[in-house]
Amino acid sequence: MAEYMLELKGITKTFPGVKALDNVYFKLKPGEIHALMGENGAGKSTFIKVITGVHPADEGELYFNGQRVDIKNPTDAKRMGIAAIYQHVTCYPDLSVTENIFMGHEKIQKRTKRILWNDMHTAAEGLLKELGAGFSPKTLMGSLSVAQQQIVEIAKALSVDAKIIIMDEPTAALTKRESEDLYRIAEGLRDKGAAIIFISHRFEDMYRLASRVTVFRDSRYIGTWNVDEITNNDLIIAMVGREITQLFPKKEAQIGEELLRVEGLGRTGYFADVSFTLRRGEILGLTGLVGAGRTEVCQSLFGIERSDKGKVFLNGQEVNIRKPDDAMRKGMGYLPEDRQKQGLVLQWSIGRNITLSSLKKVSGKGVLNLEKEANLAKSLAEKMNVKAKSIFDLAGSLSGGNQQKVVFAKLLTTDVEVIILDEPTKGVDVGAKSAIYEIISDLACQGYGILMVSSEMPEIIGMCDRVAVMREGRITALLERHSITQEAILQAAMADERPLQQQY
Amino acid sequence: MEPRIVTNKQPFSYKRFFLQWEWMLVLLFLAITVMNMNLSEFYWDYENLRDATMGFLDKAFIVLPMVFVIILADIDISVASIVALSSVIMADLFNRGVPLELAMIICLVVGTVCGWINGMLIVKYKELSSVIITLSTMIIYRGIAYMILEDQAAGSFPDWFSYLGWGYVGSIPFILIVFTVFAVLFSLLLHKTVFGRQLYAMGNNTTAARFSGIRVDRIKVIVFTLAGLMAAVTALFLTSRMGSTRPNIAMGYELDVIAMVVLGGISTAGGKGRMIGAILAVFLIGFLRYGLGLVNVQAQILLIIIGVLLIAAVAVPQLKRSNRLTRNT
Amino acid sequence: MNTFDPPAAAPRGIWPKSMLSARIAKFRELGLLGFIILLSIGVQLRNPSFLTLENINDMATNTAILGILAVGMMLVIVTRGIDLSIGATLALSGMIAAQTVSAFPEIPPVAVLLIGTVTGLVSGIVIGFLVSKIGILPIIATLGMMNIFRGLTFWTSGGKWVSAHQMPVDFKAIATGKLFGINNLIVIAIIIYVIAYYFVNHTRTGRQIYAVGSNPDSAVISGINRDKILWLVYSIMGGLSGLAGVLWVSKFASAQGDTASGYELSVIAACVLGGVSIAGGSGKISGIILGSVLLGILNNALPLINISAFWQTGIQGAIILAAVLINAIVKRGVDRNHLMRRKI
Repeated sequence: MAEYMLELKGITKTFPGVKALDNVYFKLKPGEIHALMGENGAGKSTFIKVITGVHPADEGELYFNGQRVDIKNPTDAKRMGIAAIYQHVTCYPDLSVTENIFMGHEKIQKRTKRILWNDMHTAAEGLLKELGAGFSPKTLMGSLSVAQQQIVEIAKALSVDAKIIIMDEPTAALTKRESEDLYRIAEGLRDKGAAIIFISHRFEDMYRLASRVTVFRDSRYIGTWNVDEITNNDLIIAMVGREITQLFPKKEAQIGEELLRVEGLGRTGYFADVSFTLRRGEILGLTGLVGAGRTEVCQSLFGIERSDKGKVFLNGQEVNIRKPDDAMRKGMGYLPEDRQKQGLVLQWSIGRNITLSSLKKVSGKGVLNLEKEANLAKSLAEKMNVKAKSIFDLAGSLSGGNQQKVVFAKLLTTDVEVIILDEPTKGVDVGAKSAIYEIISDLACQGYGILMVSSEMPEIIGMCDRVAVMREGRITALLERHSITQEAILQAAMADERPLQQQY
Repeated sequence: MEPRIVTNKQPFSYKRFFLQWEWMLVLLFLAITVMNMNLSEFYWDYENLRDATMGFLDKAFIVLPMVFVIILADIDISVASIVALSSVIMADLFNRGVPLELAMIICLVVGTVCGWINGMLIVKYKELSSVIITLSTMIIYRGIAYMILEDQAAGSFPDWFSYLGWGYVGSIPFILIVFTVFAVLFSLLLHKTVFGRQLYAMGNNTTAARFSGIRVDRIKVIVFTLAGLMAAVTALFLTSRMGSTRPNIAMGYELDVIAMVVLGGISTAGGKGRMIGAILAVFLIGFLRYGLGLVNVQAQILLIIIGVLLIAAVAVPQLKRSNRLTRNT
Repeated sequence: MNTFDPPAAAPRGIWPKSMLSARIAKFRELGLLGFIILLSIGVQLRNPSFLTLENINDMATNTAILGILAVGMMLVIVTRGIDLSIGATLALSGMIAAQTVSAFPEIPPVAVLLIGTVTGLVSGIVIGFLVSKIGILPIIATLGMMNIFRGLTFWTSGGKWVSAHQMPVDFKAIATGKLFGINNLIVIAIIIYVIAYYFVNHTRTGRQIYAVGSNPDSAVISGINRDKILWLVYSIMGGLSGLAGVLWVSKFASAQGDTASGYELSVIAACVLGGVSIAGGSGKISGIILGSVLLGILNNALPLINISAFWQTGIQGAIILAAVLINAIVKRGVDRNHLMRRKI
């Protein structure tokens, strides 16, 4: 057997406008758990898609057990025994667990083509037992929890006898104890000879499981280390790659009176007991792991989903926000997490997108004034420094950073004082990032109160005056400027604690 | 950094101007006219054409709001049943002694309420599609019409009522004038107002529209309510033309209306298309029907033609898209 | 099979048994059955001629065609589609079959059934092509084809009826004849149900229909040919409509241009009542049997308890709407329960 089960050399993958992977290397030994780490947008997901054949590589070489191979489609990967377990489980909620496990490779009688249900149920039961799951294989997939569905996905990988199992952020949506079970399962698989690529944000996951770690940054390969040979600090520098304060042009803003106060906000099943205040000129960070409830809090504040507990005060007045329109009228704007789906009408021109939130301003008695509209759009596009020839360019044709600037421009057309930014630099290239930080900093100086949700540690540390950290739907720490450190945030985001008692 | 100069004037482009679906409709319209003139010497005659227009304009009132519905990427197949229900209630009330003027107002109210119910159900049960909701209400509304009149006809309206569908102002049909007024109103509403812009935004990306502060639920309810109201307007004119009504009146109108809208270049995927296209399609199908009627082509063959037109109108853009996709990959 | 010791710390209790939605699915079928029984008892009390052998046989015969069509419609709805053209397909196949027998009276009944089925199959293949290969929305495609098939029916018949005296006895015997003392229509329906049950539950293709409806994107990743599955379900729907067309014409001994006009709505009602989810992915054979039976009983019982036939449309519509809304509300309850169980 070759020394490496899987070896990737100089892999490059380009999407229109973006180099998603740039000359990347990766080596996987048999029977190891190998952590793959990096910030959002470092190229981890594209890397998986190359290995699983969803997006074949443009350049580079792949070796499987020392043999040069091409993985052109998912079937090739499947044949080689590569299985992936995705962050967002892709399953058939209306079908049974057994069917979900065996979809695509059902056991059938050779001659009559009849499905051998009993064989499949027995095999599924065996797999589930092996993984320590207590539910029956006849259960409907849709009625399982996310953790249970992940077990099914793992069982699916086992059922095809996968040699290489890729787990993409499997612990993101799991509680502490559920993660602990997942670790044991992963170790069990490793002991049986499977090699596991474990992708995660969590340092905890890496230290607990992996023997080696590979780091990607900005679509490039940074290095591979043995886990016990690299210090926490070096790993962070490898991931972040720069002195944290350099990139952030934060100017000191005059912090004024209180704009927003939230008291005991809660929504069943998503978050509870969320309280904080936001002052004029202040940037308040809201961080935590993916799935901790940050976006849900913002969307409740903005009236996308209704919260069922708690109070919200704007400028000292209690407000009842039922829909985004209310929020904007009362002076609160929101920059959504997914700009392509929630922020922009991609088929539309830049100009129309910019004015969409404030059509009232460019109309009289409900009738649009196109000239006024064009002027407003032009002035804001220029103010945000959007790189485009005219306001009639389609929003869909812009790069990620420019699209985000358009969404900012749209936000600024409205008369708001409080701005909620949900992952404002997600999927934006490095150059455009600092431009966006500059915009945010300027806004704070102009006296806006800014609530910034982010998963990116450096961004939070470099930009925020205060930081609220969430874990499992609750705020676990509120850090003042001088006490904002990587360690403090990480500790609050995943402190070791029993799961909170169940609520009924 | 020096701000870049972004232009805010759109240059005129011949390509964009002529590559519009509406030009194809105009060509098709001319082709039909030439064909009809060759088929029958009676076709090209002002009075004949004028009277033919009166015959097909009744359902055109529903086409106007249906454009809105389909721009929202929804569909309303209950409109024909709303026509029947509001017409039946009007006639029945009148036959029970209610003054006709009042009955006509009630007719409009009934249509509006029916449309409002559709809209509310669709907004409150977002997990259900407008297909299944309006399919159910289509059966219910028609069913209520049957409960009221059973297999009877109602009518014997006073003479003045027939003016709606048969009368002229000078030498121009009254119905044509009313339709023109509505068509202009709906076109302005769609293309010149905030409401229209918001409709297009919702049709392209409802989520982004909602996140931009547009009151999407309210707009959807308004659109379906408008469809109900205009169905009731159709009921007035259709009943006037028929002179009496039965529960099975306007059977199959939803198909004609949807066919006209789709042929008019309004995409069933939502967010695309213009009012003028749908209005052209109304006249196109109307004159086609009239011309073929002159040479005694059966009504059933027309069914086939409308079906083919509907499918072709949806299929052609789809084919174009898949071609482009294959070329890209 | 490879084994390693199951983790000791992961006992059963950690994965909460959450089979509520499964339980509700079971409960709805029992509920439906209970409702059918209560309804029957109620009607029987009002009119004792309801539960006579003769009337039951009558009812079953009348329900058979509805039940056959419901099988095809269920498959279509499971893939998140809808087919409004089946009434027209039924009429077209029935008309072609009737004209064939009136022109060649000595043709064997089996051949006529075949002709009708093939006509329907071709119609279904056309619709399947439009939906799967061209990508037209099912509602638009079937609405358009409904018109075309209806027009073709009038065109082939020249607007005339084919009436009882033009049909040979053999042909009419398809619907009146019996096999082992059971009416042929019921026998055919039972055969179709058995085949359909085997097909959807015990073949890969059958399960793939559900997979496509449950999650179309995953289906493609699993290597399922989505276009093929869509094409298949509309073809099956067409074939069954064709068969039903021959049976219909034989049963009522007449073929007309407007045969079965609006019948698609009853079929959709039977499916929705039987718990077939409009959102796709779920629907059971046992459910649509119950749905068809309930509709059959309603249609038969309403006249027996002196409710005007003109109320039937309205009642049917109200039932569809109620069933759809109740499905949605139950689903919301289940989702809410899931949320409550989360530890926040």
